[in-house]
Amino acid sequence: MSDVAQTKIVGASVARKEGRDKVTGRARYVDDMTLPGMLHGGTVRGSIARGVIKKINFAPHIDWKEYVVVTAKDIPGKNCIALILDDQPCLADGCVNHPEEPIVLLAHADRHKLWKAIEAVSIEYEELPALETIEQSEALREIIWGTNNTFKTFLIEKGDVQAIWAGAAQIVEGEYFTGAQEQLYIENNGIIAAFNADDGLTIWGSLQCPYYVHKAMMKLFALTEDKVRVVQMETGGAFGGKEEYPSMLAGHAGLLAMKSGQPVKMIYDRMEDMVATTKRHPSRTCHRTAVSADGKILGGEIDFVIDGGAYATLSSVVLSRGTIHAGGPYHWPSVRIRSKAVATNTPPHGAFRGFGAPQCLFAMERHMDRIAQAVGISATEIRRRNFLRPGQTTTTQQKVSEDVNLEYLLDRALKLSDYDAKKRSFAAENLSGTKKRGMGIAAFLHGAGFTGSGERYLDSVAGVEGCADGTVRVLVSSTEFGQGTNTVLCQIAAETLRIPYDSVAIAQPDTTAVPNSGPTVASRTVMVVGKLVHSAALGLKQTLVGAGLLGETYTAEQFRTACGTLAAERGALKSYARYQAPPGVYWDDEKYRGEAYATYAWAVYVAEVAVDLPTFSVAINDFVALQEVGKVLHPVLAEGQIVGGIAQAIGYAVYEKVAWEHGRMRNNQMTNYIMPTSSDLPPIRVYFEEFGNPHGAYGAKGIGELPMDGPAPAIINAVEDATGVRCNAVPMLPEDLFAAMRGEKDAHLSGIPEAQMR
Amino acid sequence: MTVSAQRSTKCEVTFDINGESRSVSVFPMARLLDVLRHELALTGAKEGCGEGECGSCAILMDGTLVNSCLVPVLQAGGTSIVTIEGLAGNGQLHPIQQAFLDCGGAQCGICTPGMILATVELLRKRPAPTLDEIREGLSGNLCRCTGYVQIFRAVADAAHRIASQ
Amino acid sequence: MRSDPADYLLVAPQSLHDAVALLASEPGAWLPIAGGTDVMVLYGAGKLPARKLVSIRDLRELRGIEEFPNEIAIGAGCTYTDLRKHPAIAREFPMLVSAASWTGGIANQNRGTLGGNIANASPAADSLPALLAYDAELLLTSVRGERRIAYRNFHLGYKKTAMYADELIRAIYVPRKYSGYVSFARKIGARQAQAIAKISIAGLGRMADGVIDDVRIALGSVAPVPLRLEKMEAVLLGKNVQSLPVEDLRRLVAAEISPIADIRSTADYRAVVAGNLVVEFLRQLSSGKAST
Repeated sequence: MSDVAQTKIVGASVARKEGRDKVTGRARYVDDMTLPGMLHGGTVRGSIARGVIKKINFAPHIDWKEYVVVTAKDIPGKNCIALILDDQPCLADGCVNHPEEPIVLLAHADRHKLWKAIEAVSIEYEELPALETIEQSEALREIIWGTNNTFKTFLIEKGDVQAIWAGAAQIVEGEYFTGAQEQLYIENNGIIAAFNADDGLTIWGSLQCPYYVHKAMMKLFALTEDKVRVVQMETGGAFGGKEEYPSMLAGHAGLLAMKSGQPVKMIYDRMEDMVATTKRHPSRTCHRTAVSADGKILGGEIDFVIDGGAYATLSSVVLSRGTIHAGGPYHWPSVRIRSKAVATNTPPHGAFRGFGAPQCLFAMERHMDRIAQAVGISATEIRRRNFLRPGQTTTTQQKVSEDVNLEYLLDRALKLSDYDAKKRSFAAENLSGTKKRGMGIAAFLHGAGFTGSGERYLDSVAGVEGCADGTVRVLVSSTEFGQGTNTVLCQIAAETLRIPYDSVAIAQPDTTAVPNSGPTVASRTVMVVGKLVHSAALGLKQTLVGAGLLGETYTAEQFRTACGTLAAERGALKSYARYQAPPGVYWDDEKYRGEAYATYAWAVYVAEVAVDLPTFSVAINDFVALQEVGKVLHPVLAEGQIVGGIAQAIGYAVYEKVAWEHGRMRNNQMTNYIMPTSSDLPPIRVYFEEFGNPHGAYGAKGIGELPMDGPAPAIINAVEDATGVRCNAVPMLPEDLFAAMRGEKDAHLSGIPEAQMR
Repeated sequence: MTVSAQRSTKCEVTFDINGESRSVSVFPMARLLDVLRHELALTGAKEGCGEGECGSCAILMDGTLVNSCLVPVLQAGGTSIVTIEGLAGNGQLHPIQQAFLDCGGAQCGICTPGMILATVELLRKRPAPTLDEIREGLSGNLCRCTGYVQIFRAVADAAHRIASQ
Repeated sequence: MRSDPADYLLVAPQSLHDAVALLASEPGAWLPIAGGTDVMVLYGAGKLPARKLVSIRDLRELRGIEEFPNEIAIGAGCTYTDLRKHPAIAREFPMLVSAASWTGGIANQNRGTLGGNIANASPAADSLPALLAYDAELLLTSVRGERRIAYRNFHLGYKKTAMYADELIRAIYVPRKYSGYVSFARKIGARQAQAIAKISIAGLGRMADGVIDDVRIALGSVAPVPLRLEKMEAVLLGKNVQSLPVEDLRRLVAAEISPIADIRSTADYRAVVAGNLVVEFLRQLSSGKAST
């Protein structure tokens, strides 16, 4: 790796590569594109949670000959959206397992006539009993998936959990819950598909992972890989919500395109997107912890369950990440972590920034405060005494090999937030008045990249191309959806080649033109793919040097000439680099033990809240976010990621509640699913520490998901500090705090009562 | 029970768009957003929610910010409309656009056209806004990516740029 | 977009005279649309029952804010932005200004009208508690002439008003008699902006010689209509509020309200918070602090 201290482009806040198009309205999102002869596609969805489809009625007042009609029978390949298992049908065939399951597809040239036709299809069912919650799924009164409603289980064992209880001064128990959360990207899901016998299927869309869609389409249409092309358009936010779902929508649009012979555009409106697509997995975590008299964790048991919805989709991977992160940044001499993902009759839950870690880290950080209370020491002290230190091992027995100093991070965060002084003055102020103020802490970690052998399995490839005009193009399937992929990968290439940032462009992700650098998920893009771009760029340079066209040192002009010459001569000048696992990173999939991630980012967040007792509302008055991220490659983008993630996590903590009614989201509109506006968010102060990362491009660690993990527990810890009221569930709306203050059990489970509703 | 099968007839609606007079033949209840995007190929205004909550469809009508998904096109007749496409002039970015670029105010970009136009209205009313005034001025424009901090900075930066012009 | 524009008639008469004539020609068949911030939401969701709409947005007769010695006449077509900008409204009717500033965001304030807020008659509407507290009057107009009614008699039931099918609200009159009054307005929404009220209060009152001389307590989202707590007001008149136990005050509130559970909140939360807000208003009234 180059000497980071001397980088000129990496480390600077260069202009966003596609920024000009975005501020002028020229950026092209999928709904901005039309193709000649294009039809509009729509979906007829099921209205019950579980049952057998008896009859599909097409109302006689519609001239159905005008429409393209597709059902499961029209699927040429396998009726599934291939992901990990093949259990999720592309179109329901004979039965439905969740509300809003897609059953019939329609297309028409007129959007309005299409909508009328969708409303004119009615379905008769034989309804079956449905499961709505984790508890109902576990009770097994109905088996809705596999033999016992369980998609996946994991078991992590370390040390000797039997032996810890006898010697414990305290045994601290706690149960923690997190609810579903909607990604709420401002651009809804959308796909355009075209199909012809010669070229096969082409997909343009708002998506994170072109090669996931590619793989799923091959199976659905029984096409070879050269007959499927997937192109990513400008994408208006994703956050994981466009990791797997676009394959479903692409399948639908593709089927309509195939049947009609015309291009088909399918764009969800907000109501459909919210009710039908994936959300964050709800969770329940039970902790039982043996603690010594001086507040050291001797060990414990952690039971972690997530609700996967009706089909397996990505639940096993979400579960995996949650399981591995469940112990937080602490030393557990002994631990047993049991986890499972269970099925319910709700639309399948899916990827959302954090991917299992926000759930279990909420539990861990609430539980640490509870342990502190049981032992009689402060929230800061309990963490100090249990932080992982270099040389110790994690719950998966991964040795902490980096030089992390969590106590230093804690001290710095406390200083930045004026924690001690505020705690003292709030304690005095809270004795009177109707506003109660409090401080809360969360300490956490986030492993970037795919777990364990995941990156090896992905086998990612990145390319750097020298063009005939002397410029350079980055070739990756990694997508831009606001986080800065385009900008940072071009920075890395430019820095590595020592040419101007403006001489480097990045190819639009198109599976016919770019290699598979893996999905744009798991905070891996800068760290893992960036490193491949760096290697590929070095390869390009070496090629030019080897061809005698460039010396070991050169000017930008010399590079341009050399590159242009060789590219023109050879017709194409592409350098590829393939992922290589770092040495000494070993993961045992059977025992779930070993180096789970090549590296972790570490953080301590501090929230200051004011609770207005008459209205039970929580205002966050200050928020300090301190994280160690290896190296900041682009200060503005890095800050933007942290602030944006914190904003989403504040929503997760106190605003965003999905109101479920028989497995269906009732509040599927922006007016009643509440995300924070500009008037709601506190000043968010972001600070970085940079300890480097030998496994990441220019020393960077992944940071996209990290900020999602800390705010919820920090805020709820602060609310307890302010009011003495213990809430163990998020989202915590004022109504929930109110219920908790009245001592209602299971307050979080109180949905909106069905009686008396308008 | 279906409603009586009456059909409306299209009418001619004329307005000024980004300085140019345009006429469209449309149903009077067509949404201004759809007319902009489909009849006039001005796709800068986006549909994020269709219910006036997210502000990504916001445009300036007679100088004031409105959500175009809530405006029947008939009511836009005779007005002067500015969309994001009309903001830059002579190949030069508007100072607000430049500020958004420099300060990280645009991440995925989907809220950006509406956010920039909301900023135009805000700075017209309050050329030197406080942070609270900025928050309030943009409270009808939802951004899921930025957490707003860098947008606030962009607005403050734009205010300085405009003041020093 | 779940409605087909081809199925909807929208006409824009040039004068109020023409507009009311149209309403009279087919009473109940034509839905007035002003700023569209309510109607167009239903329309976009495919939930608008009306198929014939008459645009009243550009009728000059409905715009403008006129000051008279004893009252101010607010044209029903005035937008929330118009209200916020007007110096006399800001000075004398601050709760109308705060309600306007709490409605939607700037874009919706530029379009939404006071008349629309009233005619839509949602019990959660932002301006209505303030209008009740200020004892507003409405000027209703039709081909049969004009009539003024007390706003407190306007809401008859959930989304049912005293307006006839061929009438329009022409203006809202607010009496200029509240100088020296303490006002207290709060909106509790799910977030600070762009939120429908879970509960709201507009309180207005005056003390004299240590007792309550005049008091108006109006609440939103606690009943099928926006509500004045008339019985409680009658009990409070002439009383020294500080001598009344807080629990008695809460009981008086609870006796007059009937909050429900809905997609935004629960009945118990609304009931308790309503009591808290009224108690806080009365505390401020008796200490002489204004708070909008």
